[in-house]
Order: sequence, then C-alpha cells, then structure tokens
Amino acid sequence: MASSQIIILAIIATSLATFISRFMGAITSKKVSVKSKVFEWFNCVAYATLAALLGRMIVFPAGVLADSDLFIRIVVLIICIIIFMISKKNLVLPTIVSAILLSVLNSI
Amino acid sequence: MINFKIFFQGLKALKGSKSPAIPLAACFIALGALLKDAGFNLQQSAASSLFTYALPGQLVMAESLLVGASIINIFIAVWLVNFRLYPMTVSLFPLLEHKKQPKWKYFLSCHFLAVTSWLIAKDGYQKIDKKYRIDFWIGIGIGTWTTAILMTVVGYLSADYLNKDMLIGLAIVNPVYFFCMMIGAMKNLSITSAVFGGTILGPLIYTVSSEWALLFAGVIAGTLAFLIGGKNGK
Repeated sequence: MASSQIIILAIIATSLATFISRFMGAITSKKVSVKSKVFEWFNCVAYATLAALLGRMIVFPAGVLADSDLFIRIVVLIICIIIFMISKKNLVLPTIVSAILLSVLNSI
Repeated sequence: MINFKIFFQGLKALKGSKSPAIPLAACFIALGALLKDAGFNLQQSAASSLFTYALPGQLVMAESLLVGASIINIFIAVWLVNFRLYPMTVSLFPLLEHKKQPKWKYFLSCHFLAVTSWLIAKDGYQKIDKKYRIDFWIGIGIGTWTTAILMTVVGYLSADYLNKDMLIGLAIVNPVYFFCMMIGAMKNLSITSAVFGGTILGPLIYTVSSEWALLFAGVIAGTLAFLIGGKNGK
C-alpha cells in the first residue's frame, strides 16, 4: 500500500502530465485555422488516438475490467453497438444494457 | 463576461437521449472504488478527479501505485496515455475561436477537455453562434467535470457495497459509450477510416510496446485516414 505522501505526489504528477497536453493544445489552437489541412490532420489523429485507446481498453483493459473474459467483452460491445444503431442513436440505452449484461455474463 | 444563456445550453447537454451523465457516473464510480482499493482517502480521490479529470490517466496512476512504480514512471506513463488530449484540443479549440473572446477563457477551460466533453462539443458546436461557442464549451465542461468529481466520491463511499461483478459491469460502460459516440460521429470517410484504423492498430501495437501504443497507433492511423480522405475529396 502506497503512503499518503507518495499518493499526493502521484496526484500532482498525474495532473501535470495531463494538463501539459491540454495546455499545449490550447496554444497550438491559436495558430491553426479551421479551414487548414493541418486542422484536418489533427482531427484524424484525434479520432484515431481515441479509437486506439478504446480498442486497447476492450482488448487489454486496466483495472477491474481485466478480470472479465475478452470474448464476453467483445460480445457485449457488439450487442450494445447494435442497440445504439437500431434505437436511433440513443446513448443511454446501450450504456445501461452494457453494465447489466457484463455483470450477468461475468457472474455465470 | 460569460453568456449565461449559452453556458446553460452547454450545461444542459448532460440531459436527454445523448446524456453523458450516466456513462460518466458509471465509470467514475468504478474509479472511486478502485482508488479506495489503491489506498487513497476520500479527499485524495476527489482531488485526483478535480485536478486530473481524465479517466485513462487516473487508471494508469492507480495501477502504477499498486505495483509500486516510481513517480517519474507514473508521470511518463500518464503523459503517454493522455497525450491524446493534445490532438483533441487542437481539433476542437479552433472551432470555438472568436476574436472578441478573451484568451484566459481558452487557457483555463482547456482543463475540461476529456473524451466525453470533446465528443459532446464536436456534436453540438455548429448550432451555437460563433461568438459564444467558448461559453457553450465552458458549460459542457463544468457539467461533465463536476459530475466526474461527485461520482468519484460516490464510488469511494459505495465501494464496500459493490461486488466485483457490479464493478466490472460499471467499467465497461465507458468504452461502450465512447464507441457508440464515435460511431455516431463517423460522418465522412476520413473520420470513419481513422476510427477503424485506430481500433485495430491500438491493441495491435500494444502487444509490441504498451507505453507507446496509443501515440503510434494514433499518428499512423490518423495520417492514413487523412490521406484517404484527401484522395477521395473527404
């Protein structure tokens, strides 16, 4: 178990490491025009990085999710995406279903 | 200073059929419970969401502490996983830019940039008058940020009452919600290719380098998507 001081240092380190990217982004934004090619490239990279993170979260998760089966996680994700598509892009429904479905499938 | 009518329009994004409040609550409840497990007290857990407010980075921090990693290692690992916030900011803030708005609004409100708020802002900015888009963003930001902090506290306090299967159920809500939102955002060829490319390359490169996977996958898949979109006129 980490000591209180280490925890506080970790919170500061994590917050700084996170804020740097946001702040650099805000500075760069001042020089980037919406109509430029650079902006389009950043847009593509942003979506791709986010997708990479989500793919990783499903296939190689951190935290409690790692204790569930990969196959079950993928099945839950696919079912929820289908629910999202047929429910006219309702986001509340698939997210609630995902929690219940995974809890149930994992406890069997 | 702030156009409150527009600000509340942003705040109201928390409600409705696209409501991010439920998935946001689910994943920060799971985080609060995890932080308790990692030895955090209540104030430290709340402070983590207050100052960091980026779930994947906080997960990395908690996991690293559990395995006894050094502070420098934590800093680097978090920086690499949260580096996505840089391209995300650059692909959103120019859309909110207006000459009449003071710079401090942009530099302070960049703290609200996280996946949830970003996706909501990208989805709704067009409906807002250019001059007040930054206030719309601040509204979204304050709403999602406070939800995250409150739910971390709720998760911490309810950790003893949640069993493992329930926590696992809560933890999947986050990626499911984001995947659905991204699919909703696939309106042109370049974004669609970026999403598919990233989803495949992310886990694939992770098997080679766990730390650099996101950065490489994002830049490679993003650049390919950009080229594909350019060739086909979007």
